[in-house]
Amino acid sequence: MTAAGFLRAILAATLLLAGSGAGLVASAAGPAVDAARSGPCVEDPAVMRRSHMDFLKHDRDDTVRRGIRGIKHSLSACVDCHASKADGRVLGSEKHFCQGCHTYAAVKVDCFDCHASTARPSATAAAAAPGRTR
Amino acid sequence: MNPVDKRRREFFGQAAAIAGAMIAPGLMLYEYAQAGDGAARPRAPGEPVNSKVRWGMLIDTTKCAPGCRDCVDACNRENGLPGTTRATDSQWIRKVDLKDLKTGKAVSLPVLCQHCAEPPCVDVCPTGASFKREDGIVLVDRHTCIGCRYCMMACPYKARSFVHENTTGQSPDVPRGKGCVESCTLCVHKVDKGGTPSCVEACAAAGHQAIVFGDLNDPSSEISKRVRAAATTQLRADLRTDNGVRYQGL
Ligand code: HEC
Ligand code: HEC
Ligand code: HEC
Repeated sequence: MTAAGFLRAILAATLLLAGSGAGLVASAAGPAVDAARSGPCVEDPAVMRRSHMDFLKHDRDDTVRRGIRGIKHSLSACVDCHASKADGRVLGSEKHFCQGCHTYAAVKVDCFDCHASTARPSATAAAAAPGRTR
Repeated sequence: MNPVDKRRREFFGQAAAIAGAMIAPGLMLYEYAQAGDGAARPRAPGEPVNSKVRWGMLIDTTKCAPGCRDCVDACNRENGLPGTTRATDSQWIRKVDLKDLKTGKAVSLPVLCQHCAEPPCVDVCPTGASFKREDGIVLVDRHTCIGCRYCMMACPYKARSFVHENTTGQSPDVPRGKGCVESCTLCVHKVDKGGTPSCVEACAAAGHQAIVFGDLNDPSSEISKRVRAAATTQLRADLRTDNGVRYQGL
């Protein structure tokens, strides 16, 4: 097992043990990050915790090279759902969804050098609409 | 020409004549094959792009006013480009003014990635980041681009830019960042959803109608009808890159 794989397994195990089941990472052991704006997630949260990086890379070429839009594991869709209700972002502090957990796990991703870390305005409107928010 | 080459040429010439045989007056065999499935059928969600479509653009320079930058501004807005024009700034589309010194005839035209069928940028890319999609759109896969800029050297049209500085305020649909080469994507994020590139929309909205966008493989598309009816040119046709962008009135 690679070092990264080992880290992933350990983290996943920790998070699973600590998992509240209520859909929030918040617990004594894990990082407390913003809850999603709507749901459900594109995969079971436990699977996502462990494998989201692989899903993201797997589907990426479908859009970039083969022109398929609306892929299941779209990065812009993760951002639309997981952006903070307060400022619409997935980065910014250790409460923010992607940054919070990556800081906790000592992972650095470069995706947001290029990709917008802010939800689309339409996604913000949808999240604010009653009934769509979790 | 050596005798072997000559014989080969004659052979291919005859072969082409047979393949292009008339099956009815004015209807060539290969056209018929294309008309059968070439008519632009919208892609189903989840269906990859295919080579039945060849996206292209026709720019009518007689309708393009000097000094007008509507297409350039629209491109910058859509793709989150700064719109500044220092030597190191990204420009996906730029206006070029030309004047024939003998006759004094002046033309103004937008120049952008020509979406070549034989793109030199793709030939030289060491990582495969420069690629041509099945439907003819030439792109940089920024996930594999290492920023070597060979493609910028190879491009005869000076169509590509390197991102020298950190980017801010990207559109969620158009990621872009430091260290990669980028160029016109024909607004692929819109075209994939049945849309039209922003420069074309802006030109039409302002009433100039100087740019037509469409499928060059679909004989019934407006662009195909226009290139059939009027003489159009490809920039540097001598290089035989077979550009998807064509100009009228040059
Ligand atoms: C339709 C909205 C939606 C989309 C799209 C979405 N998620 Fe989720 N995601 C959720 C919900 C709801 C949860 C449950 C936890 C919560 O409430 O925050 C969740 C949970 C997760 C978890 C586990 C967090 C934990 O509890 O430990 C990860 C990791 C995750 N998502 C990553 C992603 C990634 C990466 C993408 C994009 C490929 C994505 N999600 C797309 C709604 C979404
Ligand atoms: C140098 C810039 C750059 C970086 C860094 C980058 N991307 Fe991208 N990404 C792009 C571009 C450009 C597209 C094409 C967008 C399009 O065609 O709509 C894209 C598209 C995607 C897509 C498909 C569109 C979507 O929103 O779902 C995914 C998935 C994706 N990237 C994932 C990633 C991940 C994961 C990372 C980090 C590991 C990453 N990218 C880093 C530039 C970048
Ligand atoms: C539950 C905690 C958690 C959350 C929430 C989370 N990640 Fe991760 N992410 C990780 C861990 C742990 C790794 C490292 C795994 C490894 O290296 O094997 C990782 C790795 C990645 C990688 C691969 C990095 C690389 O260099 O290969 C990408 C891409 C990524 N995450 C994207 C995201 C995005 C986008 C979000 C927000 C939508 C997100 N992650 C939210 C825990 C999380």
